Amino acid sequence: MGTQQATDGRPPGSEEHPAGAQVEVRGVTKRFGDATAVSNLDLDVAEHEFLVLLGPSGCGKSTALRLIAGLDEPDAGTIAIGGHDVTDVEARDRDVAMVFQSYALYPHMTVRRNIEFPLRNRKVPKAERDRLVGEAADALDLADLLGRKPSQLSGGQRQRVALARAIVRRPALFLMDEPLSNLDAKLRVQTRAELIQLQRRLRTTVVYVTHDQVEAMTMGHRIAIMSAGVLQQVGPPAEVYARPANVFVAGFIGNPPMNLLDGTVEVGGTTLAVAVGDARVELPPALASLAVSTDARDVVLGVRPEDLTVDPSAPLRATVAVVESLGHERHLVCERPGGELVTSRVTGDDDLPAVGEELGLAIRAEGVHLFDRATGRRIGP
Amino acid sequence: MTAPRRRSRRARRVREALLGYALVAPALVVFGVFVFYPFAKNIWLGLYRTPPFPGLPKRYAAFDQYERVLTSPEFRNSLRTTVVFVVATVPTGIILGLLMAMLAHQRLRGITIYRTIFSSTVATSIAVASVIFFTLLNPQVGLLTYWLGRQGEPSLLDDPRWALWAVSGVTIWQNLGLSFILMSAGLQGVPDDLLEAAEVDGAGAWSRLRNVVMPLLSPTIFFATIVGSILAFQAFGQIDLLTQGGPLKKTNVLVYAMYDAVFRQNNEGKAAVLSVALFAITLVLTLIQLRLLERRVTYER
Repeated sequence: MGTQQATDGRPPGSEEHPAGAQVEVRGVTKRFGDATAVSNLDLDVAEHEFLVLLGPSGCGKSTALRLIAGLDEPDAGTIAIGGHDVTDVEARDRDVAMVFQSYALYPHMTVRRNIEFPLRNRKVPKAERDRLVGEAADALDLADLLGRKPSQLSGGQRQRVALARAIVRRPALFLMDEPLSNLDAKLRVQTRAELIQLQRRLRTTVVYVTHDQVEAMTMGHRIAIMSAGVLQQVGPPAEVYARPANVFVAGFIGNPPMNLLDGTVEVGGTTLAVAVGDARVELPPALASLAVSTDARDVVLGVRPEDLTVDPSAPLRATVAVVESLGHERHLVCERPGGELVTSRVTGDDDLPAVGEELGLAIRAEGVHLFDRATGRRIGP
Repeated sequence: MTAPRRRSRRARRVREALLGYALVAPALVVFGVFVFYPFAKNIWLGLYRTPPFPGLPKRYAAFDQYERVLTSPEFRNSLRTTVVFVVATVPTGIILGLLMAMLAHQRLRGITIYRTIFSSTVATSIAVASVIFFTLLNPQVGLLTYWLGRQGEPSLLDDPRWALWAVSGVTIWQNLGLSFILMSAGLQGVPDDLLEAAEVDGAGAWSRLRNVVMPLLSPTIFFATIVGSILAFQAFGQIDLLTQGGPLKKTNVLVYAMYDAVFRQNNEGKAAVLSVALFAITLVLTLIQLRLLERRVTYER
């Protein structure tokens, strides 16, 4: 069994995990009554990869994680960990460790007993157990807290105990369900960095669930974005940001979110433009040829706030509604004649327009994203 | 400037204190009439020997009567019977209630029907339970008598070897509903994510039960043990209806002995001493509960 290899086959004292397992999820569906939590999910996680499952609450990301953990059984599809089909294998035999959002520490056990629990269940001899607990406690700076009960720890310390309990057995796969969401903002940033270091050092495969796109962008090798039980896009953070696969991803990734404007494709001589209200936005040639090749005439035009600049002569008119200053950058929230709000991100010390002022907004040609309004899918590369 | 303010602050304090006493007063009156006065009177009754015939003056006996009653073989037999009754009913009831609660804790279709059935005995009184079992144990027509193959023999309730166990059985059955509800509530208080964490941590069903469920359930079990023991020490209805303390005083538990002393022997003094003894036992149990609850058994989450 895989669990035996994971605890016994490891060279003593080695920090390298020999078998960061890959995960293959094939056509997995999970229904709760009439609701479909996860629909026909296909997902591959490579060895040693840090994959983030991202999505709004209720999108099925936690269910997907629980299916991989074996805490829920799929209604259809298969799951393989490390090349073995584990669809019908119980959670405790899957060689995975999980960090829960609530940490799920055993309140009646000391920190030592908590960390030790996975080892005791696997009948690891005491000497070996003490050594592994010591290593895990050192790695997470818990050596002084081993005698305490969870109720005597701060939130950050509890979180580290939960992590220690997960790494102590050196499993092939870590599953983390929003492990940082109960920490305060400052501690969250710090722990985020520590988690990344820990993963890079242990080289264990990680599947990490979060609704926080900053966590997703900063931590993941790749991000898998889910909505309404359906996987929307999988890719490295930069690619997901640069080339969102559909309207949902476009609107979900990025802060402030991408401006999404309904428009109609208009052919005018040699160029192609999208009419947004009374304004015409010329498409760059590469995108134009693609837009012609699809039949879609009703489109959604996406522009990131940083690709929307103030230009008095630009045809896209709007009135400044709110100016948000974040110190290093400013957000101009402007109202279009139809009532839509668009956001422009302004850096530098340029003079800011006043609230109520009417201005023109220019779109950088490379910053245009085009989506088919009917299907929501991206048009173009 | 400061003097009026100080005066008004004091006036407010007086007003608040008066309001506080006014709010407590109704409860104090009720407790005084129905608890504190009878309690004091009871201790006082124990100091007087009741005359053998009504109408003769009571005689002050100081603690002589306490000593005499509490050292009598009758009291020792009654106390032993009561303790056996408590030990027979309380742990068994809790274990059975826990087993039933675990069965009903599964997420199965129609499980609520079982939950309703399992908890139904709380809707019956001990009197109803006694009548049901009195019939079931009837030597001629009782179904249990038939199943036990005791036709033609005296009822279990009339058999000195079995009477106490039979009464205990009825009591366990009647308490099962409450025990089930308490244990179910306790089980629901064990967070699902702890059990799931244990599962991922490699714990099998037995390990999860032993290492996670039982420790987290221990406050509930402890509470049920203490409260169950206090109630069992006060058992009366089933004894009165089923055995009247017999046969051969084998079911003469403390409260029944008190009843017997007052209504059969017309000996208030003796009954008062017995009730003080019961009070002392209950007090000790309560103190144990308070002490241990403070210390070990609860877990802050």
